[in-house]
Amino acid sequence: MTQASAETHIDVSDLTMAYGSFVLQRDLNFVVRRGDIFVIMGGSGCGKSTLLKHMLGLISPARGDITYSGQSFVHASDAQREATRRRWGITYQTGGLFSAMTLAENVALPLQLYTNYGSGEIRDIVAYKLALVGLAGYQDYYPSEISGGMSKRAALARAIALDPEILFFDEPSAGLDPISSRLLDDLIMEIQDSTGATVVMVSHELASIFNIANNSVYLDAASRTMIDYGDPAYLRDHSKQAVVRQFLNRGSRTDESTAQAQRSGNE
Amino acid sequence: MTEQHAGFQLVHSNDTDALLTLSGPWVQGCDLEDFSSLSSQLHLGTSTHLTVDGAALQEWDSTLVAFLLQCFNHCSEAGITFATRDLPAGAAKLLALATAVPPHRLEPESPQHWLASLNPMVLLDKSADFFRQSLGFVGEVSVALVKLAVGKSNTRFEDFRQFCYEGGPRALGIITLTSVLVGMILAYLGAVQLQQFGAEVYVANLVTIGILREMGVLMTAVVMAGRTGAAYAAQLGTMQTNQEIDAITTMGISPVEFLVIPRLLALVVVMPMLTLYADLLGIVGGGIVAGGMGITPLQYISQAESALAINHLLVGLIKSVVFALLIAVAGCRAGMNSGRSSAAVGQAATEAVVTAIVYLIVADAGINIICQQIRF
Repeated sequence: MTQASAETHIDVSDLTMAYGSFVLQRDLNFVVRRGDIFVIMGGSGCGKSTLLKHMLGLISPARGDITYSGQSFVHASDAQREATRRRWGITYQTGGLFSAMTLAENVALPLQLYTNYGSGEIRDIVAYKLALVGLAGYQDYYPSEISGGMSKRAALARAIALDPEILFFDEPSAGLDPISSRLLDDLIMEIQDSTGATVVMVSHELASIFNIANNSVYLDAASRTMIDYGDPAYLRDHSKQAVVRQFLNRGSRTDESTAQAQRSGNE
Repeated sequence: MTEQHAGFQLVHSNDTDALLTLSGPWVQGCDLEDFSSLSSQLHLGTSTHLTVDGAALQEWDSTLVAFLLQCFNHCSEAGITFATRDLPAGAAKLLALATAVPPHRLEPESPQHWLASLNPMVLLDKSADFFRQSLGFVGEVSVALVKLAVGKSNTRFEDFRQFCYEGGPRALGIITLTSVLVGMILAYLGAVQLQQFGAEVYVANLVTIGILREMGVLMTAVVMAGRTGAAYAAQLGTMQTNQEIDAITTMGISPVEFLVIPRLLALVVVMPMLTLYADLLGIVGGGIVAGGMGITPLQYISQAESALAINHLLVGLIKSVVFALLIAVAGCRAGMNSGRSSAAVGQAATEAVVTAIVYLIVADAGINIICQQIRF
């Protein structure tokens, strides 16, 4: 990826995340380029999901800034934030589908809110988006009536309803069987490939990380900061940090004992 | 019997070394001496090195490893080096695994006396927080209502209709039951007193005014707080758990406009109607009791009619609107601020009902005082 992808899309600078006086991560600096599939990695409890929530503006940072296409998001007015958010599509860890609405209504909602399509056109677009994720014909099902994998895909259909510039995923393949998880990865890649969207995801599924990501950041729970940044396939063998190599090699003891990794995870 | 007991023996071989010999079967149910006796023996000596010898051990289970772990932790705290020899291979491995990660230490919290939780300043602080949060919520709701009034809101009419149906027609059964009974109770209460003066027929006045101004609307509000207020809190709390509220926020929609306003408006529309219905049935309930005391229906009706004044009805209806707002705000606030676990959702529902009922009674008293002052 060399051509247009060099352009900076998201820039996180000097970000410190804290709950009250408890600092979760400090001094995070990284850049997501346009068209990247960017993964936020790290052990359990290191603050991956919290970082995503900061990027989405659900939590305000203790310090630092996040810019989208050069515009600060942290210091933006509510109206500016809303305008920025309209160019995003997000799927949450639990899907985040509105349980009181059918799948069609879920996907249609952003279209009704932000476009001028008539109801017939919306119906067609909903059918198309659901077909894209392999859920054609499930328009009138409620989220409680479909399986976990299906609701993740339905959430993806809602996320891509407005043809977003950035797609955010919080643990897309958590709780899915290997085949569904692989299908979801392929789906994300195909959608990224055909729309050129930037993808930011939180994940610790190694298979899926190597499969689709071309850039990543590793958050360390022990030192409470990011300790490496780059293409995960490269980091697996060449990271200067033993913990990162160990993480990407599924904990095989390269030169560090498991006990030590466990210890850092407990702190 | 030659049955052997599990046991240990501590020998201080010289100034710095101690040897702990374990013997017998260390299994569940074995009659083992307490660990504290060993730790006190250890402290008696000046040893800086402890060796555990397991050569004489017979069968063993978790009892043994738990004991060894306790020894290990005790030694590491006291600065004594710990070593083992001739332990069964499995036990040694398990001990190594258990001691691989040092125990997590709680950060020392400043110890709090239980009386500290009764500190009036702390309590005041807590209620001030609650008050601030509630005011903030009311502010958000007001802003959303203004946006709705100028037609810039993301409130869906479809949701409003659904909540009207949930809150209104489906509540009729329970409202019927409670209001008829409350009418009867009022009638009994009054009749016994009025009989002493031979003025039973005035039961109709008492029931009519009592129901219209007070009991009809209050009972309806209590039922709605338990039924609809709690439901709102649980619905919104579950959405919070389910990340639905996050999804709404990041979709660029205000959750207050989208979730709270339709619920609030539905309750405000439905409550006065339910109150009118409850008033009517309460008066009927009073009539049933009056009939049992020898007052003819015609007498009851004409007496009730004479007591029926428009201001009584209005007081009840104004109260119903105020109560509806309070129930909706209490329920939705609790739900929107709910934590993200099943226990938190339960707490939110409880909090919704408790705060709603407190609000109701305070507001009711306030409205009564005002009406008294302006003679309405």
